[in-house]
Amino acid sequence: MNAHVETTDAQRAPGSHQSRRDRLRSYSIGFGLAVLFTAGSFAASSSHLVWGPSIPVLLAVLAIAQMGVHLVFFLHISTAPDSTNNVLSLAFGVFVVGLVIFGSMIIMANLNHAMMPMDQLIDIHKQR
Amino acid sequence: MFGRLTWDAIPLNEPIPLATVCVLIIGIVGILSLVTWKGWWPYLWREWITSTDHKRIGVMYVILALVMLLRGFSDAIMMRAQLALAAGHAAGFLPPEHYNQIFSAHGTIMIFFVGMTFVVGLMNFVLPLQLGVRDVAFPVLNSVSFWLTASGVLLVNVSLGVGEFARTGWLAYPPLSELAYSPGVGVDYYLWSLQISGLGTLLSGINLTTTILKLRAPGMGYGRMPVFCWTALASNLLIVAAFPILTATFAMLLLDRYLGFHFFTNDGGGNPMMYVNLIWGWGHPEVYILILPAFGVFSEVIATFSGKPLFGYRSMVMATMAICVLSFMVWLHHFFTMGAGANVNAFFGVATMIIAVPTGVKIFNWLFTLYGGSIRFTTPVYWAIGFMVTFVIGGMTGVLMAIPPADFVLHNSLFLIAHFHNVIIGGVIFGVMAGYTYWFPKAFGFKLHEGLGKAVFWCWFVGFYLAFMPLYALGLMGATRRMQHYADPTWQPLMKVALGGAVIIFIGILLTIVQLVVSIRTRDRRRDLTGDPWNGRTLEWSISSPPPVWNFALLPTISGADAYWNAKRHPGKFAHAAALIPLEVPKRSALGFFIAFFMVILGFALIWHIWWLAIVGLLGAFTVTLRQAWKTDLEEFVSVATIAEHERRHPSQVARA
Amino acid sequence: MNTTVDVASEEMPEGIPLSERGPASTRVVAAFGFWLFLLSDIIVFSALFAAYAVLNGETNGGPSASELFDKRHVLFETGCLLASSFTCGMMMIAIEERSKASTYFWALVTAALGVVFLYLEVSEFGGMLSAGAGPSRSAFLSSFFTLVGTHGAHVTAGLAWLLIMMAQIGTMGFRPMVIRRMVCFSLFWHALDIVWIGVFTVVYLGAAHT
Repeated sequence: MNAHVETTDAQRAPGSHQSRRDRLRSYSIGFGLAVLFTAGSFAASSSHLVWGPSIPVLLAVLAIAQMGVHLVFFLHISTAPDSTNNVLSLAFGVFVVGLVIFGSMIIMANLNHAMMPMDQLIDIHKQR
Repeated sequence: MFGRLTWDAIPLNEPIPLATVCVLIIGIVGILSLVTWKGWWPYLWREWITSTDHKRIGVMYVILALVMLLRGFSDAIMMRAQLALAAGHAAGFLPPEHYNQIFSAHGTIMIFFVGMTFVVGLMNFVLPLQLGVRDVAFPVLNSVSFWLTASGVLLVNVSLGVGEFARTGWLAYPPLSELAYSPGVGVDYYLWSLQISGLGTLLSGINLTTTILKLRAPGMGYGRMPVFCWTALASNLLIVAAFPILTATFAMLLLDRYLGFHFFTNDGGGNPMMYVNLIWGWGHPEVYILILPAFGVFSEVIATFSGKPLFGYRSMVMATMAICVLSFMVWLHHFFTMGAGANVNAFFGVATMIIAVPTGVKIFNWLFTLYGGSIRFTTPVYWAIGFMVTFVIGGMTGVLMAIPPADFVLHNSLFLIAHFHNVIIGGVIFGVMAGYTYWFPKAFGFKLHEGLGKAVFWCWFVGFYLAFMPLYALGLMGATRRMQHYADPTWQPLMKVALGGAVIIFIGILLTIVQLVVSIRTRDRRRDLTGDPWNGRTLEWSISSPPPVWNFALLPTISGADAYWNAKRHPGKFAHAAALIPLEVPKRSALGFFIAFFMVILGFALIWHIWWLAIVGLLGAFTVTLRQAWKTDLEEFVSVATIAEHERRHPSQVARA
Repeated sequence: MNTTVDVASEEMPEGIPLSERGPASTRVVAAFGFWLFLLSDIIVFSALFAAYAVLNGETNGGPSASELFDKRHVLFETGCLLASSFTCGMMMIAIEERSKASTYFWALVTAALGVVFLYLEVSEFGGMLSAGAGPSRSAFLSSFFTLVGTHGAHVTAGLAWLLIMMAQIGTMGFRPMVIRRMVCFSLFWHALDIVWIGVFTVVYLGAAHT
């Protein structure tokens, strides 16, 4: 059975790597960090140690960090030149995801506010 | 046992669908009988239905598109005839419930099954040839994609004779498309056929993106790819990014309809506007998916027939990728009037105006390419020049409507209809017709009849202006879209002119068929014996017409853009000393056809609530896929003798043994 | 499909940019194609997330997120899925070493963790359904069940795929085609965990803070 890593294969498949020890290290570090971030998220969400209004921001940061950990340590996304296609595609995907989610949220909030029935609008003004 | 399918599903009391279905059945039975009697089934099965060759699949897509053009156009002419008649007290000949299905089917078929299909077909045929490789990244998947698209086409056409189609317009907005207001099977036909063909399109997008990014001839860096490949890359990236939004949104509507969910319903907290928002998140990139490859065709055609390199290669590429990114940032302009505040509307209005700039860059680049060239005024060049005039007008009316206050007057009027037909016909249709004419000799070994080609162009060009310029005026006068009848009789003369234009386009379509028949019968007069009938610039012209299955006996090594043009000016520079070797080509595969077969069963069963049949379809598709997973002999070798014999008769011009 | 270059790449001098080295190998092509598919799948999820973000306040007089969700339950689910990502990595190492026994072992652990995850999720759904908080109760519940349910459906499909792949390793061994598919599986499995990070953060932890 010849070598499984194609030595002439200059382009990286996402997920291909060099040695056993490197891979083991990558997965272990990734797992450790992910556990940390997960525990952090759950703790932050029920904790009184963090100022209330900032908790959603903290959760978002921890979630994004953990997604990054997965991408780097489990999916082996890197900035190496052989990984450029993968990174650019990911960037485009993230761009679209951001637009879909945040674009929809902004637009729908805007629509819902502007199209609010008159009685609800009056209620809101009364509460001010 | 049969869900909600009963004999009432057949439109025995509606003369027009009934007559159409009868004619269709006679035609289909006739064709099937002819094929059987002539013994063509083994050939068709072996060489076409189970083909994994991108060239064959591309041709099948184009044939599908042309056939569906006939159905989509007959819808158009019925609408035009109805509107020419139904002024004031006259009722026309199409009752509203039927008219509503017609405009819904017209839009659905034209966008999904003519536009997408034609464009994907051209990209399929051309890309590996221009990239200097032997096939796309995933040939079997390519076949599956085609057959999934064909499944969607079949389901939409079945709706004509069994049941009904949606009456909601081509985007099926809720709450009208919800169960409460569309309890019949029409919307379900629409949703399932588009989910199935949408899967095919997504897989095709993945396939072609991978091909362009990972499979190019040695030496063909990104800056040396033909511009058509760049526009195809942008288009396929958009497919991969946008079609999932369509899939998810349709899935949510299906959940509302089948399981009583409340995404977009009026009650239960649903928000119909969320559907409008999401669907246009797909819908706007979709129109760029259609137009970008057409832009690519024009880049190729104009450069070839001017005898000059394309002006401003880098700015073309940058403009293309800018359009790719910007196309995701303008979608709200399709619903300015739906209640967003001024700030949000203004943002999207400005973004829409900005996206016109890169397109303007392209127009100027094409003009500068023509300038100073020795232009040959062939049919593709007619389409290109016609495109530049027509598309610019359409684009300008688009920028006009990008101003939200203007759009408040013009939204959903005939002005809007005129605008998007202006850009889609002037851009996409003119582009695919140019591409069809330009690459026809490569596919079949002989050119199309030139005189008839020009006649087709003039019919489309004149017919388009007659059919749609009146609609701009009518829109400004207050006429709305999807209107079966109108009260103001002063509109009628313009409606009649529009009908005249539609008839002229119809003559153009008939002439396309005539051109094909005549060209085939007299093909010996216009044989392409060299593989390079147009004195082309890119690699597809360096091999025989039609190319062998393996495309290139030796992969050419590329050192600049317009690789073939350079090879012609420096003969001998690119010939290898390398020997021929046996080449692996993908074996043919019936997987696509069988998956499609079961998907049609699944779709039909889901539409009619025949649950046991749906399970049969699902299990069948799963089983054939599972069987495929264990296949190990997916490729076969072409012998050196076969390759050498082909090379002897049709020597490749860029890489020779 | 002949995706390898006719001219041996050793003959190409160093310094040739990657983009000019000719067609990539089958393994690279397959993995990249699958990567694109994963990105498209994540965009499907983004549309479902967007629907959840917009509709999660529409409880139609019915139960809301903070009333329905149990954080410890979700923490356990998250732990299972995260651990299964790690064990999936171990399985990929075993495959690189061509060890069938080790591969089967880690595949079994990964599958078991996935099954526990699904069991927990199904029991949560079952509890909600029997309490009248089903997907047709309100837009919030429709979007919840669809988002989390679609993720669960992907996990289920992944488990079925894993089972089929084990059968392929058993019957066909570690041939290149099988290894390519396992690489794609691992990309899929890790991506599902990435989506889950979004789910537990936005849906479950976010419930207390909207």
